[in-house]
Amino acid sequence: MSNTQVNFSSIEFKNPVITASGTFGFGREYNEIYDINALGGISTKGITLKRRRGNKGMRIWETPSGIMNSVGLENPGVDDFIRDELPFLKKLDTNMIVNIGGSTLEEYIEAVDRVSKQKVDMIELNISCPNVKEGGMAFGIKTKTARKIVKEIRQITNIPLIIKLSPNAEDIVAIARACEEEGADGISLINTFKGLAIDINNRKPIFDNIYAGLSGPAIKPIALRMVNEVYKEVSIPIMGMGGIMNWKDGIEFMMAGATCIQVGTANFINPHICIEIIKGIEDFMDRENIKSLEEIIGII
Amino acid sequence: MAKIIGNEALSEDIYIIIIEGKFSGEIGQFYMLRGWEEYPLLSRPLSIYDINDGNISFLYKVIGKGTKRLSELKEGDNINLQGPYGNGFPKVDGKVALVGGGIGIAPLLYTGKILEDKVDKLDIYLGFREEAILTDEYRKYSDELYLSIGSNITDQLDINKYDYIFTCGPEPMMKKIVDMKSDNNTKIYVSLEKHMACGIGACLVCSCETKKGMTRVCKDGPVYLGEEVFYE
Ligand SMILES: Cc1cc2nc3c(=O)[nH]c(=O)nc-3n(C[C@H](O)[C@H](O)[C@H](O)COP(=O)(O)OP(=O)(O)OC[C@H]3O[C@@H](n4cnc5c(N)ncnc54)[C@H](O)[C@@H]3O)c2cc1C
Ligand SMILES: Cc1cc2nc3c(=O)[nH]c(=O)nc-3n(C[C@H](O)[C@H](O)[C@H](O)COP(=O)(O)O)c2cc1C
Ligand code: FES
Repeated sequence: MSNTQVNFSSIEFKNPVITASGTFGFGREYNEIYDINALGGISTKGITLKRRRGNKGMRIWETPSGIMNSVGLENPGVDDFIRDELPFLKKLDTNMIVNIGGSTLEEYIEAVDRVSKQKVDMIELNISCPNVKEGGMAFGIKTKTARKIVKEIRQITNIPLIIKLSPNAEDIVAIARACEEEGADGISLINTFKGLAIDINNRKPIFDNIYAGLSGPAIKPIALRMVNEVYKEVSIPIMGMGGIMNWKDGIEFMMAGATCIQVGTANFINPHICIEIIKGIEDFMDRENIKSLEEIIGII
Repeated sequence: MAKIIGNEALSEDIYIIIIEGKFSGEIGQFYMLRGWEEYPLLSRPLSIYDINDGNISFLYKVIGKGTKRLSELKEGDNINLQGPYGNGFPKVDGKVALVGGGIGIAPLLYTGKILEDKVDKLDIYLGFREEAILTDEYRKYSDELYLSIGSNITDQLDINKYDYIFTCGPEPMMKKIVDMKSDNNTKIYVSLEKHMACGIGACLVCSCETKKGMTRVCKDGPVYLGEEVFYE
């Protein structure tokens, strides 16, 4: 059988397939469906310092080839996460990435500080959530603010740190470069695109929060292009995502420059998809006589 | 993948689809169905209408793209289904009434079938807007069957006659029942609908705030104690 192992910065992943934040909870539900230890890693639902109830009104809307979501970072808050969810995650034989969101710099710092006192494999700093009014994404739009938050966070944690970028950024390559310069261990991209859906009968937006985040196959070509642009400009590794629906999409992201891939929306369509993607990658390696995935990462 | 062994129109927009295989499910649970490869992207939640030895069936109304596609499937076609999911109606004793409005009658047939010989009394109330369907099916499992066409089925319901009411249908109908005064401490359970993505409790797009806090309709529901729910 092929060796699907990849090294992402200092961390070893048994395979490059990771479940994307917000689509996989804290792993418990999918673990009832299959053994999630087979995954390369899990990125948790976005955690904030304090509990959040999330957005009111409609939270999901289907588009011709994607979905829009407006969950608004509903989560139990960092302390309850550490008490109730972390023990389960720690027992798993897969890499655990804790995704952290926030509205203010202070909130990010405090949440990262509390998580850093725990044993976790990696922190994914979400500076790209379009579904929270006060901020989150605000940090991921301008290079200057992104640089500032990465700098501050890097000073308070030794845990491997990756920064999750927004496709809504003014200049995603410049932001990625700033993350690298400030000491991030890697980049993950992309989060959802800010979009709008309208109920014409009621003459109102579908979502109470007006705008919502678009994910799924609709965003794949743009996500792939962004991964490729960033790959060419930075030397830290990339976790690529955005509309990966099958193993072929996954290989495309790796060829574009991603060391690992994250799978989000596809889990909803087929709960077993991550296992099928891992298998598809193995078969592809066998067929193409690929000894290590390093051989194809960033060949485009 | 499973095989469709029947997909029949009962009226202009109501269908029953029968799928071959060995399926399980508790009363009030649902499955996520997709009778197509890629698009529409999301699977559609449908309540268990009936389960027999070699098949499961769903009663559905054509609403938009997904249910339209379902209605076009033919005997012999393949379909994907995941489930059973959700927290359904409780298994109870005593006197029970099932109250369904419109397509909300769907989960009540299987519920009646399972409860029928476990409870002291099982009455079924069905409310329709234009024409009554499947009345013979529901009559099989009920001590008494009450029907209304074009009027409020709740007008016929005296909740004091029962220990438990299980209801599914339009929210105003369910709210009306929950608001009825009970001298008898009648417990009312309602089945809610929310748009869903994962169907298993992982994505939080179906969250519903109740008096007990945030819940997921797909995992903690779809069935709730009526008094815990905030109605629109
Ligand atoms: C737990 C549960 C059980 C259900 N059981 C039944 C049943 O037994 N029979 C039946 O006819 N219907 C049932 N429904 C409603 C059914 O899921 C929707 O009518 C169906 O999803 C509409 O899909 P569509 O593509 O035809 O409509 P579209 O409007 O084109 O759908 C667009 C999107 O909105 C979602 N959506 C639209 N209306 C609803 C709704 N009322 N509830 C949830 N999602 C919706 C769709 O799933 C899809 O993701 C149930 C819903 C839930 C949540
Ligand atoms: C329902 C839902 C919730 C999400 N929640 C989060 C979150 O909490 N934090 C985060 O960084 N990204 C979140 N995302 C974004 C995904 O992690 C991912 O970046 C995006 O969906 C693109 O990948 P995909 O097309 O494979 O879904 C969420 C996406 C969806 C669909
Ligand atoms: S549909 Fe995903 S949590 Fe309910």
